[in-house]
Amino acid sequence: MRLGVLFSGGKDSTLALHKAAEREEVVCLITLISKNKESYMFHTPNIDMTTLQAEALGLPLICKVTAGKPEEELKDLDTAIAQAINYFKIEGVVTGAVESVYQASRIQRICNHSKVWCINPLWKRKQKAILEESVAEGFKTLISGVFAYPLDKTWLGKQIDEALIDQLVSLNEEYSLSPSGEGGEIETTVLDAPLFKKKIGVLDFEVEAQGNSGVFNIKAARLRDK
Amino acid sequence: MILIVDMNSTKNPFGFNEFVLPIVSIAEELEECVVKHYLEVNEEDLADYDKIILSGSALMDTVTLDQPAQFAWLESFSKPVLGICAGMQTIGLVFGGRLKKCSEIGMTEIATSEKNILFSSTFKVYALHNYALVPSAEFRVLAESSNCIHAIKHESKDVYGVLFHPEVRNREIVERFIHAFAVDRRI
Repeated sequence: MRLGVLFSGGKDSTLALHKAAEREEVVCLITLISKNKESYMFHTPNIDMTTLQAEALGLPLICKVTAGKPEEELKDLDTAIAQAINYFKIEGVVTGAVESVYQASRIQRICNHSKVWCINPLWKRKQKAILEESVAEGFKTLISGVFAYPLDKTWLGKQIDEALIDQLVSLNEEYSLSPSGEGGEIETTVLDAPLFKKKIGVLDFEVEAQGNSGVFNIKAARLRDK
Repeated sequence: MILIVDMNSTKNPFGFNEFVLPIVSIAEELEECVVKHYLEVNEEDLADYDKIILSGSALMDTVTLDQPAQFAWLESFSKPVLGICAGMQTIGLVFGGRLKKCSEIGMTEIATSEKNILFSSTFKVYALHNYALVPSAEFRVLAESSNCIHAIKHESKDVYGVLFHPEVRNREIVERFIHAFAVDRRI
Protein backbone atom coordinates (compact mmCIF):
# COMPACT_ATOMS: atom_id res chain seq x y z
CA MET A 1 0.00 0.00 0.00
CA ARG A 2 1.40 3.42 -0.98
CA LEU A 3 1.07 5.79 1.96
CA GLY A 4 1.31 9.52 2.66
CA VAL A 5 2.04 10.58 6.24
CA LEU A 6 0.45 13.66 7.81
CA PHE A 7 3.64 15.05 9.21
CA SER A 8 4.13 17.79 11.79
CA GLY A 9 7.73 16.91 12.60
CA GLY A 10 6.86 16.01 16.20
CA LYS A 11 7.36 12.66 17.90
CA ASP A 12 3.87 11.26 17.24
CA SER A 13 3.77 11.76 13.47
CA THR A 14 7.41 10.67 13.19
CA LEU A 15 6.75 7.47 15.18
CA ALA A 16 3.61 6.84 13.07
CA LEU A 17 5.79 7.27 9.96
CA HIS A 18 8.27 4.69 11.27
CA LYS A 19 5.51 2.20 12.06
CA ALA A 20 3.95 2.69 8.64
CA ALA A 21 7.30 2.27 6.89
CA GLU A 22 7.91 -1.02 8.71
CA ARG A 23 4.90 -2.60 6.97
CA GLU A 24 4.13 -0.61 3.82
CA GLU A 25 5.64 1.91 1.39
CA VAL A 26 5.68 5.53 2.55
CA VAL A 27 5.94 7.68 -0.59
CA CYS A 28 5.38 11.24 0.67
CA LEU A 29 4.84 13.50 3.64
CA ILE A 30 1.97 15.98 3.93
CA THR A 31 2.28 19.10 6.09
CA LEU A 32 -0.25 21.83 6.82
CA ILE A 33 1.33 25.07 8.00
CA SER A 34 -1.32 26.85 10.04
CA LYS A 35 -1.19 30.59 10.53
CA ASN A 36 -3.60 30.24 13.45
CA LYS A 37 -1.78 29.65 16.72
CA GLU A 38 -5.04 28.45 18.31
CA SER A 39 -5.73 25.75 15.69
CA TYR A 40 -6.76 22.43 17.24
CA MET A 41 -5.84 20.63 14.04
CA PHE A 42 -2.41 21.66 12.85
CA HIS A 43 -0.53 24.26 14.83
CA THR A 44 2.94 23.14 15.86
CA PRO A 45 6.02 25.17 16.82
CA ASN A 46 8.80 24.78 14.26
CA ILE A 47 6.40 23.46 11.60
CA ASP A 48 8.75 25.02 9.04
CA MET A 49 11.33 22.42 10.07
CA THR A 50 9.34 19.76 8.18
CA THR A 51 11.12 20.87 4.98
CA LEU A 52 14.50 19.97 6.47
CA GLN A 53 13.10 16.83 8.12
CA ALA A 54 11.69 15.66 4.77
CA GLU A 55 15.10 16.21 3.21
CA ALA A 56 16.71 14.25 6.05
CA LEU A 57 14.21 11.43 5.44
CA GLY A 58 14.67 11.56 1.67
CA LEU A 59 10.90 11.89 1.15
CA PRO A 60 8.96 14.41 -0.96
CA LEU A 61 6.87 16.86 1.03
CA ILE A 62 3.49 18.31 0.09
CA CYS A 63 3.34 21.52 2.08
CA LYS A 64 0.23 23.68 2.22
CA VAL A 65 -0.27 26.92 4.11
CA THR A 66 -3.66 27.33 5.76
CA ALA A 67 -5.20 30.33 7.48
CA GLY A 68 -6.26 27.85 10.14
CA LYS A 69 -9.89 28.89 10.42
CA PRO A 70 -12.00 26.06 11.84
CA GLU A 71 -13.39 23.77 9.13
CA GLU A 72 -11.83 25.92 6.37
CA GLU A 73 -8.46 24.40 7.25
CA LEU A 74 -10.03 21.02 6.52
CA LYS A 75 -10.60 22.10 2.93
CA ASP A 76 -6.89 22.88 2.74
CA LEU A 77 -6.08 19.44 4.15
CA ASP A 78 -8.48 17.90 1.64
CA THR A 79 -6.61 19.72 -1.16
CA ALA A 80 -3.21 18.55 0.13
CA ILE A 81 -4.41 14.93 0.35
CA ALA A 82 -5.88 15.20 -3.15
CA GLN A 83 -2.48 16.37 -4.39
CA ALA A 84 -0.82 13.39 -2.69
CA ILE A 85 -3.33 11.07 -4.38
CA ASN A 86 -2.76 12.69 -7.80
CA TYR A 87 1.02 13.07 -7.69
CA PHE A 88 2.12 10.12 -5.57
CA LYS A 89 -0.81 7.73 -6.07
CA ILE A 90 -1.21 7.20 -2.34
CA GLU A 91 -3.82 4.67 -1.23
CA GLY A 92 -3.77 5.65 2.43
CA VAL A 93 -3.06 8.52 4.83
CA VAL A 94 -1.16 7.86 8.07
CA THR A 95 -1.71 10.08 11.11
CA GLY A 96 -0.07 10.32 14.52
CA ALA A 97 -3.45 10.67 16.25
CA VAL A 98 -3.48 9.06 19.69
CA GLU A 99 -6.52 10.22 21.60
CA SER A 100 -8.12 13.19 19.87
CA VAL A 101 -11.42 12.23 18.23
CA TYR A 102 -11.67 15.87 17.09
CA GLN A 103 -8.63 15.48 14.84
CA ALA A 104 -9.12 11.82 13.98
CA SER A 105 -12.75 12.08 12.91
CA ARG A 106 -12.07 15.05 10.64
CA ILE A 107 -9.21 13.27 8.90
CA GLN A 108 -11.32 10.10 8.68
CA ARG A 109 -14.05 12.09 6.89
CA ILE A 110 -11.60 13.49 4.33
CA CYS A 111 -10.06 10.07 3.68
CA ASN A 112 -13.52 8.51 3.41
CA HIS A 113 -14.58 11.16 0.91
CA SER A 114 -11.36 10.58 -1.09
CA LYS A 115 -11.71 6.79 -0.82
CA VAL A 116 -8.27 6.23 0.73
CA TRP A 117 -7.40 4.34 3.91
CA CYS A 118 -7.00 6.35 7.11
CA ILE A 119 -4.35 4.69 9.25
CA ASN A 120 -3.66 5.58 12.88
CA PRO A 121 -0.84 3.34 14.14
CA LEU A 122 -0.69 5.01 17.57
CA TRP A 123 -4.45 5.18 18.19
CA LYS A 124 -5.29 4.77 21.90
CA ARG A 125 -1.72 3.81 22.78
CA LYS A 126 -0.69 4.66 26.33
CA GLN A 127 1.10 8.02 26.37
CA LYS A 128 4.04 6.79 28.39
CA ALA A 129 4.53 3.85 26.01
CA ILE A 130 4.77 6.23 23.04
CA LEU A 131 7.47 8.28 24.74
CA GLU A 132 9.37 5.18 25.80
CA GLU A 133 9.20 3.66 22.34
CA SER A 134 10.46 6.83 20.68
CA VAL A 135 13.45 6.93 23.06
CA ALA A 136 14.12 3.20 22.67
CA GLU A 137 14.04 3.59 18.87
CA GLY A 138 16.71 6.27 19.09
CA PHE A 139 14.63 9.35 18.37
CA LYS A 140 16.31 12.63 19.28
CA THR A 141 13.32 14.76 20.22
CA LEU A 142 13.28 18.24 21.70
CA ILE A 143 10.50 19.83 23.69
CA SER A 144 9.64 22.77 21.45
CA GLY A 145 6.50 24.04 23.15
CA VAL A 146 4.94 24.05 26.62
CA PHE A 147 1.37 25.18 27.22
CA ALA A 148 0.24 24.09 30.69
CA TYR A 149 0.96 24.46 34.38
CA PRO A 150 3.40 23.56 35.92
CA LEU A 151 5.55 23.46 32.76
CA ASP A 152 7.62 26.56 32.03
CA LYS A 153 10.53 27.77 29.92
CA THR A 154 13.02 25.54 31.76
CA TRP A 155 11.54 22.59 29.83
CA LEU A 156 12.04 24.16 26.41
CA GLY A 157 14.83 22.68 24.30
CA LYS A 158 15.25 19.66 26.59
CA GLN A 159 15.77 16.33 24.88
CA ILE A 160 13.30 13.58 25.74
CA ASP A 161 15.09 10.72 27.50
CA GLU A 162 14.16 8.18 30.14
CA ALA A 163 14.77 10.59 33.03
CA LEU A 164 12.58 13.25 31.44
CA ILE A 165 9.82 10.69 30.82
CA ASP A 166 9.87 9.88 34.54
CA GLN A 167 9.49 13.58 35.31
CA LEU A 168 6.55 13.93 32.91
CA VAL A 169 4.87 10.84 34.37
CA SER A 170 5.25 12.31 37.86
CA LEU A 171 3.59 15.51 36.66
CA ASN A 172 0.80 13.41 35.16
CA GLU A 173 0.16 11.81 38.53
CA GLU A 174 0.26 15.12 40.38
CA TYR A 175 -1.37 17.50 37.90
CA SER A 176 -3.17 15.18 35.41
CA LEU A 177 -0.81 16.42 32.72
CA SER A 178 -0.73 14.17 29.67
CA PRO A 179 2.87 12.80 29.65
CA SER A 180 3.20 12.91 25.87
CA GLY A 181 1.36 16.19 25.47
CA GLU A 182 -1.61 14.70 23.65
CA GLY A 183 -3.79 17.35 25.23
CA GLY A 184 -1.56 20.03 23.70
CA GLU A 185 0.42 20.53 26.92
CA ILE A 186 3.74 20.00 25.15
CA GLU A 187 4.86 20.03 21.54
CA THR A 188 7.98 18.35 20.22
CA THR A 189 10.40 18.51 17.30
CA VAL A 190 12.32 15.45 16.10
CA LEU A 191 15.93 16.11 15.08
CA ASP A 192 16.95 12.52 14.39
CA ALA A 193 15.32 9.11 14.07
CA PRO A 194 16.24 5.75 12.51
CA LEU A 195 14.79 6.62 9.09
CA PHE A 196 16.62 9.96 8.96
CA LYS A 197 19.50 9.63 6.53
CA LYS A 198 21.03 12.75 8.07
CA LYS A 199 20.43 14.33 11.46
CA ILE A 200 19.41 17.92 12.09
CA GLY A 201 21.77 20.27 13.90
CA VAL A 202 20.28 23.39 15.50
CA LEU A 203 22.44 26.42 14.77
CA ASP A 204 20.34 29.17 16.31
CA PHE A 205 17.18 29.32 18.39
CA GLU A 206 15.03 31.72 20.38
CA VAL A 207 12.95 31.01 23.46
CA GLU A 208 9.69 32.90 23.77
CA ALA A 209 7.96 32.21 27.06
CA GLN A 210 5.56 33.72 29.51
CA GLY A 211 4.51 31.87 32.64
CA ASN A 212 3.45 28.36 31.75
CA SER A 213 3.43 28.91 28.02
CA GLY A 214 6.40 29.10 25.70
CA VAL A 215 8.05 27.92 22.50
CA PHE A 216 11.56 26.96 21.46
CA ASN A 217 11.82 28.49 18.00
CA ILE A 218 14.54 27.01 15.81
CA LYS A 219 15.82 29.97 13.77
CA ALA A 220 18.57 28.18 11.86
CA ALA A 221 19.39 24.51 11.34
CA ARG A 222 21.28 22.31 8.92
CA LEU A 223 21.64 18.65 8.05
CA ARG A 224 24.65 16.83 9.38
CA ASP A 225 26.06 13.40 8.57
CA LYS A 226 25.15 10.68 11.05
CA MET B 1 -11.38 -16.28 29.25
CA ILE B 2 -12.40 -13.80 26.56
CA LEU B 3 -11.81 -14.41 22.87
CA ILE B 4 -11.28 -11.13 21.01
CA VAL B 5 -11.75 -11.62 17.28
CA ASP B 6 -9.72 -9.43 14.92
CA MET B 7 -12.13 -8.47 12.13
CA ASN B 8 -9.57 -6.67 9.96
CA SER B 9 -8.63 -7.62 6.44
CA THR B 10 -5.16 -9.05 5.99
CA LYS B 11 -4.73 -6.22 3.45
CA ASN B 12 -4.61 -3.74 6.34
CA PRO B 13 -1.70 -4.63 8.65
CA PHE B 14 -2.49 -1.61 10.85
CA GLY B 15 -6.06 -2.56 11.74
CA PHE B 16 -4.94 -4.74 14.62
CA ASN B 17 -3.27 -1.78 16.40
CA GLU B 18 -6.17 0.56 15.78
CA PHE B 19 -9.25 -1.59 16.32
CA VAL B 20 -8.17 -4.63 18.36
CA LEU B 21 -5.48 -3.50 20.82
CA PRO B 22 -7.69 -0.77 22.39
CA ILE B 23 -10.26 -3.49 23.22
CA VAL B 24 -7.53 -5.76 24.58
CA SER B 25 -6.23 -2.97 26.83
CA ILE B 26 -9.68 -2.63 28.42
CA ALA B 27 -10.51 -6.34 28.63
CA GLU B 28 -7.17 -7.63 29.91
CA GLU B 29 -7.52 -5.53 33.06
CA LEU B 30 -10.61 -7.58 33.93
CA GLU B 31 -10.10 -11.02 32.50
CA GLU B 32 -7.63 -13.17 30.60
CA CYS B 33 -7.83 -12.56 26.85
CA VAL B 34 -6.89 -14.39 23.68
CA VAL B 35 -6.86 -12.65 20.28
CA LYS B 36 -7.49 -14.53 17.05
CA HIS B 37 -7.94 -13.32 13.51
CA TYR B 38 -11.43 -14.16 12.25
CA LEU B 39 -9.99 -16.53 9.66
CA GLU B 40 -8.32 -18.50 12.48
CA VAL B 41 -11.41 -18.96 14.64
CA ASN B 42 -12.01 -22.66 14.94
CA GLU B 43 -15.48 -23.80 15.98
CA GLU B 44 -14.05 -26.72 17.97
CA ASP B 45 -11.94 -24.34 20.11
CA LEU B 46 -14.83 -22.08 21.10
CA ALA B 47 -15.62 -24.14 24.20
CA ASP B 48 -12.43 -22.69 25.74
CA TYR B 49 -13.94 -19.20 25.92
CA ASP B 50 -16.50 -17.70 28.29
CA LYS B 51 -17.39 -14.81 26.01
CA ILE B 52 -16.41 -13.31 22.68
CA ILE B 53 -15.87 -9.73 21.47
CA LEU B 54 -15.77 -9.06 17.72
CA SER B 55 -13.70 -5.97 16.87
CA GLY B 56 -14.40 -3.22 14.39
CA SER B 57 -12.36 -2.43 11.30
CA ALA B 58 -11.36 0.54 9.13
CA LEU B 59 -13.92 2.41 7.03
CA MET B 60 -12.32 1.04 3.86
CA ASP B 61 -12.33 -2.48 5.26
CA THR B 62 -15.62 -4.32 4.72
CA VAL B 63 -14.08 -7.73 4.26
CA THR B 64 -16.10 -9.57 6.92
CA LEU B 65 -19.37 -8.20 5.53
CA ASP B 66 -18.79 -10.17 2.34
CA GLN B 67 -18.34 -13.49 4.11
CA PRO B 68 -20.96 -14.01 6.85
CA ALA B 69 -20.67 -17.77 6.26
CA GLN B 70 -17.22 -17.52 7.91
CA PHE B 71 -19.10 -16.65 11.12
CA ALA B 72 -21.75 -19.39 10.99
CA TRP B 73 -20.40 -20.57 14.35
CA LEU B 74 -22.22 -17.60 15.92
CA GLU B 75 -25.57 -19.34 15.40
CA SER B 76 -24.66 -22.29 17.62
CA PHE B 77 -22.44 -20.44 20.13
CA SER B 78 -24.44 -20.18 23.35
CA LYS B 79 -22.25 -17.84 25.44
CA PRO B 80 -22.21 -14.00 25.47
CA VAL B 81 -21.01 -12.13 22.39
CA LEU B 82 -20.41 -8.41 21.85
CA GLY B 83 -19.89 -7.18 18.29
CA ILE B 84 -18.41 -3.71 17.75
CA CYS B 85 -19.13 -1.87 14.47
CA ALA B 86 -18.07 -4.40 11.79
CA GLY B 87 -18.60 -6.98 14.54
CA MET B 88 -22.23 -5.88 15.01
CA GLN B 89 -22.82 -5.68 11.26
CA THR B 90 -21.45 -9.19 10.79
CA ILE B 91 -23.59 -10.58 13.63
CA GLY B 92 -26.62 -8.99 12.03
CA LEU B 93 -25.87 -10.52 8.64
CA VAL B 94 -25.33 -13.98 10.11
CA PHE B 95 -28.79 -13.80 11.70
CA GLY B 96 -30.55 -12.68 8.55
CA GLY B 97 -30.31 -8.89 8.72
CA ARG B 98 -29.20 -6.55 5.96
CA LEU B 99 -27.04 -3.45 5.65
CA LYS B 100 -28.05 -0.01 4.47
CA LYS B 101 -25.84 2.90 3.49
CA CYS B 102 -25.43 5.23 6.49
CA SER B 103 -22.28 7.23 7.10
CA GLU B 104 -21.54 8.63 10.56
CA ILE B 105 -18.01 9.71 11.50
CA GLY B 106 -17.23 11.38 14.80
CA MET B 107 -19.05 12.02 18.06
CA THR B 108 -22.74 11.18 17.61
CA GLU B 109 -25.66 11.35 20.01
CA ILE B 110 -27.65 8.17 20.55
CA ALA B 111 -30.73 7.50 22.66
CA THR B 112 -31.44 4.33 24.58
CA SER B 113 -34.69 2.79 23.39
CA GLU B 114 -34.83 -0.24 25.68
CA LYS B 115 -33.48 -0.88 29.17
CA ASN B 116 -30.36 -3.02 29.04
CA ILE B 117 -27.22 -4.00 30.96
CA LEU B 118 -24.73 -1.95 28.91
CA PHE B 119 -25.96 1.67 29.01
CA SER B 120 -28.90 3.97 29.65
CA SER B 121 -30.26 7.40 28.70
CA THR B 122 -29.01 9.61 25.86
CA PHE B 123 -25.27 9.95 25.38
CA LYS B 124 -22.54 10.65 22.84
CA VAL B 125 -20.56 7.91 21.15
CA TYR B 126 -17.69 7.71 18.65
CA ALA B 127 -19.08 6.55 15.32
CA LEU B 128 -16.99 5.34 12.37
CA HIS B 129 -19.12 3.57 9.80
CA ASN B 130 -20.49 3.78 6.27
CA TYR B 131 -23.18 1.15 6.76
CA ALA B 132 -25.85 0.57 9.37
CA LEU B 133 -27.58 -2.68 10.20
CA VAL B 134 -31.23 -3.40 9.62
CA PRO B 135 -31.51 -6.39 11.95
CA SER B 136 -33.80 -9.35 11.56
CA ALA B 137 -36.80 -9.85 13.85
CA GLU B 138 -34.60 -11.98 16.13
CA PHE B 139 -33.07 -8.78 17.55
CA ARG B 140 -34.32 -6.04 19.83
CA VAL B 141 -33.16 -2.49 19.26
CA LEU B 142 -31.40 -1.01 22.30
CA ALA B 143 -30.29 2.39 20.97
CA GLU B 144 -30.55 4.62 17.91
CA SER B 145 -29.04 7.83 16.56
CA SER B 146 -31.15 10.14 14.42
CA ASN B 147 -29.92 8.18 11.40
CA CYS B 148 -29.72 4.52 12.31
CA ILE B 149 -29.78 1.70 14.84
CA HIS B 150 -26.72 1.78 17.13
CA ALA B 151 -27.20 -1.17 19.48
CA ILE B 152 -29.01 -4.49 19.41
CA LYS B 153 -29.55 -7.62 21.49
CA HIS B 154 -30.67 -11.03 20.35
CA GLU B 155 -34.12 -11.80 21.77
CA SER B 156 -33.07 -15.08 23.42
CA LYS B 157 -29.26 -15.18 23.41
CA ASP B 158 -26.73 -12.92 25.14
CA VAL B 159 -25.59 -11.63 21.78
CA TYR B 160 -25.10 -7.85 21.68
CA GLY B 161 -23.98 -5.46 18.99
CA VAL B 162 -22.96 -1.81 19.10
CA LEU B 163 -22.34 0.15 15.92
CA PHE B 164 -20.28 2.78 17.75
CA HIS B 165 -16.80 2.28 19.19
CA PRO B 166 -16.95 1.99 23.00
CA GLU B 167 -13.21 1.26 23.10
CA VAL B 168 -12.63 4.88 21.95
CA ARG B 169 -15.22 6.67 24.08
CA ASN B 170 -17.47 4.97 26.70
CA ARG B 171 -15.05 2.18 27.60
CA GLU B 172 -17.30 1.39 30.56
CA ILE B 173 -19.69 -0.30 28.12
CA VAL B 174 -17.05 -2.93 27.33
CA GLU B 175 -16.33 -3.25 31.04
CA ARG B 176 -20.04 -3.72 31.84
CA PHE B 177 -20.33 -6.45 29.20
CA ILE B 178 -17.37 -8.28 30.77
CA HIS B 179 -18.63 -7.77 34.34
CA ALA B 180 -22.20 -8.78 33.51
CA PHE B 181 -21.06 -12.15 32.28
CA ALA B 182 -18.18 -12.70 34.67
CA VAL B 183 -17.58 -16.34 35.34
CA ASP B 184 -17.04 -17.27 38.96
CA ARG B 185 -14.26 -19.84 38.88
CA ARG B 186 -14.01 -20.21 42.66
CA ILE B 187 -14.59 -23.76 43.95
